[in-house]
Amino acid sequence: MKTAIIVFPGSNRDRDMFDSIELITGTRPIGVWHTEATLPDADLIVVPGGFSYGDYLRSGAIAARSPILKDLVKKANAGVSVLGVCNGFQILTEAGLLPGVLMRNAGLNFVCKEVMLETVNEATRFSKTFTKGQVWRCPVAHHDGNYFADAETLKQVEGNGQVVFRYAQSTNPNGSLNDIAGVTNAQGNVLGMMPHPENLVEDLQGGTEGRLLFESLAASAA
Amino acid sequence: MKARVIVTLKNGVLDPQGKAIEGALGGLDFDGINQVRQGKVFDLELQATDKVAAEKEVAQMCEKLLANTVIENYAIEIE
Repeated sequence: MKTAIIVFPGSNRDRDMFDSIELITGTRPIGVWHTEATLPDADLIVVPGGFSYGDYLRSGAIAARSPILKDLVKKANAGVSVLGVCNGFQILTEAGLLPGVLMRNAGLNFVCKEVMLETVNEATRFSKTFTKGQVWRCPVAHHDGNYFADAETLKQVEGNGQVVFRYAQSTNPNGSLNDIAGVTNAQGNVLGMMPHPENLVEDLQGGTEGRLLFESLAASAA
Repeated sequence: MKARVIVTLKNGVLDPQGKAIEGALGGLDFDGINQVRQGKVFDLELQATDKVAAEKEVAQMCEKLLANTVIENYAIEIE
């Protein structure tokens, strides 16, 4: 699987993403600086976590207007797999590639801890190696992860099966509506999620369930 | 020409920061507050000389960047 990772000023989970994807797929992703005009041909484009532009204006707002975003939107619309994690999720919602918005955590605190996730849709290219209803532990680290969408959008998102991961066992850390932790676009080729699967890929990290997401993508690309 | 943009959260959107400010004001013995909603103000200095054209351009700035219209409303004042 060929992967490209977009790097912004203030990205800080990009290296974890490079290492994890290389570990799982055997191929080192290509890094793309945000000022570039085009992305290389890839099976997967990742928008990593961090604090692009210091979260100025709104988290992800400035990064979502970077030059590279034009080509990202074009490739996403053409069906290329796009994964946004944490700040990447915020950037994809700000860019209009995903429904809804990530607001300040309901408790106002930055949360850095482990939560339980339930895979509620195992029929996506991001989740097909999970079992339906699989509950797994995953780290989160964010200040603006409170998923919000208006009632009509939420109805569509739920009705279309666009919710892939939900916070489970009362571990919703941020007040997200319907415990939404990860959501796709209507076409199902763009996923945004607040938890960090790239930080759960080796035994040293206390678990390897994060691998399942990248293995799903690799299987879809093959 | 100067423009002021005021961005506010739409009704029904939870505002945890506003809630915290409300609580802190209560702690300072300011009673009688029904609700606090936090927003943003942007002051822009424009080269434009035509008020109508300026307002139109600032509206586009709001739609494209200054506000996230999923959760925010904006108001424009030109002077």
